[in-house]
Amino acid sequence: MEAVLVAAVRLAAPLLLAALGELLVERAGVVNIGIEGLMLAGAFAAFAVAVASGSPAAGVAAGCLAATALGALFAGFAVLRRADQIVTGTALNLLALGATGLAARALYPGAIPAAPTIGEIALPGLSELPGIGPVLFRQSGFVYASFALAAAIALFLARTRAGLRLRAVGEAARAADAEGVPVQAVRVAAVLAGAALAGIAGAALPLAQSNTFTENMTAGRGFIALACVIFGRWRAGGVVCAALFFGAATSLQYRLQARGFDVPYPVFLMLPYVVTLLVLALATGRARAPGDLGRPHRREAR
Amino acid sequence: MRTALRPLLAAGGSLALCGVLLALLGYSPGEALRAGLAGAAGSGAAWTATWLKTAPLLLTGLAVALSFRCGVWNIGAEGQFYAGALCATAVATRLWPDAPAPLLLPALALAAALGGAGLAAVAAALRAWRGVSEVISTILLNFVAIQAVALAVHGPLQEAARAYPESDAFPAAALLPAWHRVHLGVALAVVLAPVLHALVSRTALGFRLRAVGLSPLAARFSGISPEVHGFLALALAGALAGLAGAFEVAGVTGRLYEGLSPGTGYTAIAVALLARLEPLAVVPSALFFGALDAGSAALQRSAGIPSVLTEIVQGLVILLSVGFALGGSARRAVARDEASLAEEP
Repeated sequence: MEAVLVAAVRLAAPLLLAALGELLVERAGVVNIGIEGLMLAGAFAAFAVAVASGSPAAGVAAGCLAATALGALFAGFAVLRRADQIVTGTALNLLALGATGLAARALYPGAIPAAPTIGEIALPGLSELPGIGPVLFRQSGFVYASFALAAAIALFLARTRAGLRLRAVGEAARAADAEGVPVQAVRVAAVLAGAALAGIAGAALPLAQSNTFTENMTAGRGFIALACVIFGRWRAGGVVCAALFFGAATSLQYRLQARGFDVPYPVFLMLPYVVTLLVLALATGRARAPGDLGRPHRREAR
Repeated sequence: MRTALRPLLAAGGSLALCGVLLALLGYSPGEALRAGLAGAAGSGAAWTATWLKTAPLLLTGLAVALSFRCGVWNIGAEGQFYAGALCATAVATRLWPDAPAPLLLPALALAAALGGAGLAAVAAALRAWRGVSEVISTILLNFVAIQAVALAVHGPLQEAARAYPESDAFPAAALLPAWHRVHLGVALAVVLAPVLHALVSRTALGFRLRAVGLSPLAARFSGISPEVHGFLALALAGALAGLAGAFEVAGVTGRLYEGLSPGTGYTAIAVALLARLEPLAVVPSALFFGALDAGSAALQRSAGIPSVLTEIVQGLVILLSVGFALGGSARRAVARDEASLAEEP
């Protein structure tokens, strides 16, 4: 039981990081369905640099940078040139899938090497607590970072001037523009921040969950992160719950598979998606999304 | 004239950028081009490979073009393809395996179209009546369909020997007639393009679908329901993508297994955009990506260049088509804006 919970929290961390990034992006009124590709680019860059330098920290930085660079491409097309956000995001996913696959084969023509990994850090005292100690306080830095970021982003959105501006841009870009908020600049900044977080989330896959890189290793996690944002109703607290839910579902499924239970495992793989669909169907989806979500901002059309 | 040139520029530009990338990685772009062309069009076998790769892209490309024209962002052709393949396999190997070909083939095609349409209808219904974005629901349904196929080939549809997670081989009557391995589905896919073109540009239904795509609000004021037509467009797209899945199992593989589609439904988005969402133009566009698939497979065999190169070309084509199409159509964009202005209370 404890092992299942430990794994649930560990598996939730990359989802949470990526979903928090997408939360910032969507609260600024932009949908980036390319986070799957951003995570993949982050995973590969992190793996390659960690292998070459021997330093997992350098790997995380590289993953963050690579995803941010791709995010800049998205911002250029989808925000500044006002190309369709959904289509641009799809292009990002395809590009990252192809580029990381190609680079992996070009860099490692033989066997893929093992990357140095980031181990767990037991927080003194807290990790000795019965029950929750090992689950919450004996985890990798990615877990602590993701929860700290969730709190920071909740505060940022609710309590700071910059957070208010970001929300204004997402709810009513024209009104924000009239108030003197630089709409496009805020959106570009949000997209870049979201991409950086997706890159760190990607880095967690080869550096904290396995020690290798495989083609398409994100395997849909970016899309789950996207669902987490909706499932979490565009709030940091909700996103934390959603990520933990998906982490638990995945962890449970691994567990049952390993135990050789006679439950067909695709049922468990399908479950998170079905549940998300049900939640979307039952919640009043439209009412809670940012007002100007997905709409490009055009000054001259005021 | 200039707009007609743009897709050629997008395709050519993407290939050129890929050549630069290959050169940077230490491969020879000239050698790659030569080997790729040989693999896509250099021989009879190469042409067969190209056409076999083209058929599913053509049908799913038509599906995506149709729904995008109606303003429905259907990212779910991948899942609809799998749903179609699953239903076709259920008919061919379990429900009616002993039927004669003239009955079995239409039955499995119909089942596949209904399966694809059924999956799309879930997203369409959520969109029309619950306001759920079809972008997210179609993506989620892709994963549901992929896992449903996994479930089926590990369970009720698994082969009698139970050795591998795959279905029984299709009975001979369930295999599409083929000429040099190019199956009947390829021809049907090509024929469906002008049919869809006629539907979109020559019928009242097509007019209403396009009207909803251009401005849901204006359509509603003219008595055209955006909900009903969005539903129809998505369901019809699902049927087309489902048919693509049926043709793949009944024309190429002869069985259902996990990972049947190499991302066909996502490539379809590039196919549709390169064709500027025109059904007739989907034929050359699908042929381009089909040749790219066949060529890159040959590239991997002969020159050791990874075939994932195709995904890079697809991504670049999408970026170049949407990113630089905008300058020329600024006027249309303004018109759309005026429509959305009218939406404000």
